[in-house]
Amino acid sequence: MLKITIDNITTEVEEGTTILQAARKIGGKIVPPAMCYYSKLKGSGGKCRSCLVKVSRNSTVDSKPTSKLVASCSTPVQDGMIVQNITSPEVLEARKAIVEFLLINHPLDCPVCDQAGECDLQDLSFEHGLETTRYEEERREFNQIDIGENIKLHMNRCILCYRCVYVADQLTEKRVHGVLFRGDASEIGTYIGNVVDNDFSGNVIDVCPVGALTDKTFRFKSRVWFVNPMNVHRSCTKCSGKAAAWMFGDEIYRITGRKDKYGELEEFICNECRFDKKDKKDWVIEGPRKIDRHSVISQNHYEKIVKQSIIKPLEERTEPQE
Amino acid sequence: MDRQILLEHIAVPGIETFDVFRSKGGYNAVAKVLKELSSEDVVAEIKKSGLRGRGGAGFPTGLKWSFIDKKSSKPKYLVCNADESEPGTFKDRYLMEHLPHQLIEGMIVSSYALGVNTAYIYVRGEFKYIIGILNKALRETYSNGFLGNNILGTGYNLDIHVHPGAGAYICGEETALLESLEGKRGNPRIKPPFPASKGLYDSPTVVNNVETLAVVGPIINMGGEKYASIGLGKSSGTKLISACGNINKPGVFEIEMGLPVEEFIYSQKYCGGISNNKKMKAVIPGGSSVPILPANLILKTAKGIPRLLTYESLSEGGFETGTMLGSGGFIVYDEDTCIVRNTWNLTRFYHHESCGQCSPCREGTGWMEKVLHRIETGEGRSHDMDLLVSIASKIEGNTICPLGDAAAWPVASAIRHFRNEFEFHVAHPEIVKIKDHGSIEKYT
Ligand SMILES: Cc1cc2nc3c(=O)[nH]c(=O)nc-3n(C[C@H](O)[C@H](O)[C@H](O)COP(=O)(O)O)c2cc1C
Ligand code: SF4
Ligand code: FES
Repeated sequence: MLKITIDNITTEVEEGTTILQAARKIGGKIVPPAMCYYSKLKGSGGKCRSCLVKVSRNSTVDSKPTSKLVASCSTPVQDGMIVQNITSPEVLEARKAIVEFLLINHPLDCPVCDQAGECDLQDLSFEHGLETTRYEEERREFNQIDIGENIKLHMNRCILCYRCVYVADQLTEKRVHGVLFRGDASEIGTYIGNVVDNDFSGNVIDVCPVGALTDKTFRFKSRVWFVNPMNVHRSCTKCSGKAAAWMFGDEIYRITGRKDKYGELEEFICNECRFDKKDKKDWVIEGPRKIDRHSVISQNHYEKIVKQSIIKPLEERTEPQE
Repeated sequence: MDRQILLEHIAVPGIETFDVFRSKGGYNAVAKVLKELSSEDVVAEIKKSGLRGRGGAGFPTGLKWSFIDKKSSKPKYLVCNADESEPGTFKDRYLMEHLPHQLIEGMIVSSYALGVNTAYIYVRGEFKYIIGILNKALRETYSNGFLGNNILGTGYNLDIHVHPGAGAYICGEETALLESLEGKRGNPRIKPPFPASKGLYDSPTVVNNVETLAVVGPIINMGGEKYASIGLGKSSGTKLISACGNINKPGVFEIEMGLPVEEFIYSQKYCGGISNNKKMKAVIPGGSSVPILPANLILKTAKGIPRLLTYESLSEGGFETGTMLGSGGFIVYDEDTCIVRNTWNLTRFYHHESCGQCSPCREGTGWMEKVLHRIETGEGRSHDMDLLVSIASKIEGNTICPLGDAAAWPVASAIRHFRNEFEFHVAHPEIVKIKDHGSIEKYT
């Protein structure tokens, strides 16, 4: 076992564990945000840089700090490692920068985006972002594409986390190319379109951290915070049949996989369960599903009354003059 | 100071052929190591020579070789990085064009030292004609028994393959190169693991620059200690410098490390001074990625000591007042140059070449380019310079590969040393809106 200290909390992990996994083992506020890493997708991570942390001591034998911040999702723990996440101003500064970079070309169309309320980028910017933008240039734009019958690709919103590429790659036989072009002209390619006839292609929607890939059977039907997530199951020959049904009264608005507190699917589900079984009779309802996340979606119930804020008249707001 | 190691025989007619190269002592190093030295001896000799990687980072070659995972049961690979795409750098092209056998000899010796039986030369896609030259040279080497099975009857086997790139600067980054060589999209890999343990096809791999490998033969012939005595301190040996820009004699020169920068620029033996009798304004000494320095700081350090062509002297003063030797792409600018236009042009290159995997580089390079373009075309705002410095600082150090740094440094250094030019652009849109306004000096 290897010993690691993150933000002054020490734990022990097995060899091969990454800093991020170690932090998740500790849990709570010290867990770095992950926009591209996905524990169930081999090869994912390292790209978005939102999980950067500071290594102030490499290991017991090598007490030097690393020269740069490192991506916690893809850096393995070494014995005696000391890491700073939220206790390092440098890390928080870098995280702010990453949010800014991710947002400059993002359309900020949350009011009309289906992902709003359960969007990792929305959460990340809420927590770490600036209140204003310094970006005055034009944003990049792409056409919307249908990836098969049920999936919409809205490339403008994509943050190039590559998660959907790994789903496409790992569900079907080797398929490494999923991104076309370079730099900020990169696009999720139609190669993924080729996996549309795969029974599990719908999972690209669930792994997408933003509203770039959305479920056409649910688009514009409802805001997510108006529907209630329920744990449901059915006997399915293709997948475990364990899913989450998003219901309004007796009606099922959409089916997704069950996501854990880091937004990762517990299990991938098949397209039949996801797109075709929208009748309450198709499912055994287990009960309401707790959404263990800090995002807007878990705000649809009021636990405390926020003190009313009053906008002060202009004179009172101006600074006292010398 | 005019010691020639790599280019000693460059003027000999037919030196690109096996027979002429051999008649000048070529491939002696191969015969020597295969018959007399163990692989450890060769590594030790390179360590002694103090040779540092000529691809840009200057990492000690012997040390890099000693990292290769010898215990691995997988085959080991040597890859020659001939992707040379850095603006201002054209020394590897020159070597391969005129002295292909110098590279092949070095690769055989290096492969032997590393326990490699298959090696690759990854050539920049635009160098199509060089692929022909290399393949022709390789055929000659095979037919003379220096490549293939049982080389010179010693039982050692080696194959060298030439592989063309498809025209991406990023494929010069060693892990992107390996991806590309495997037939995938050229995205840099997330490190660790490093190529020495998991490189090409998940096997232990060493990636070295053309010039690094080409000098291995001569080092074996003269001995590591002798090579270390050439040059200056930790910058041992000679270095190829490709000089271009507003100089009288652009070209590739082999210099002994330690040559004063001033002599290199003004001597008739090298650049021959600034063309058209103009004044020198600035120099980028190590390929477009390294910081630009104004004339006074490239000739002398901030402390007033003459700058020399060594890794140490050029970086004297850190990024505040220094720069880097980099890959040796020496770009000279005269007094008519518009620094803003030049910075925009370089940033446009990095924006275009970013692979787009990681957010700081993908988004930051495009942002910087747009802001620089606005300033250059008379649409700048007074806060743009601070904004650019801030964007550059947020890219730097936060990316997967050093392309992000390479994009940030030229911008940060141009504003550091030539802020007045940027401010002039913002203050005088009517002047800079003239398309070829050139240097702002004539308006001030
Ligand atoms: C964006 C980028 C481009 C590069 N291009 C080249 C190149 O064209 N040729 C080269 O030899 N090294 C290039 N490098 C450096 C290589 O990654 C690597 O360090 C080098 O090939 C190692 O060889 P050396 O130790 O012999 O210098 C590049 C690095 C980066 C980050
Ligand atoms: S720094 Fe740029 S080129 Fe390098 S991996 Fe990141 S996006 Fe790609
Ligand atoms: S989650 Fe680690 S870089 Fe994206």
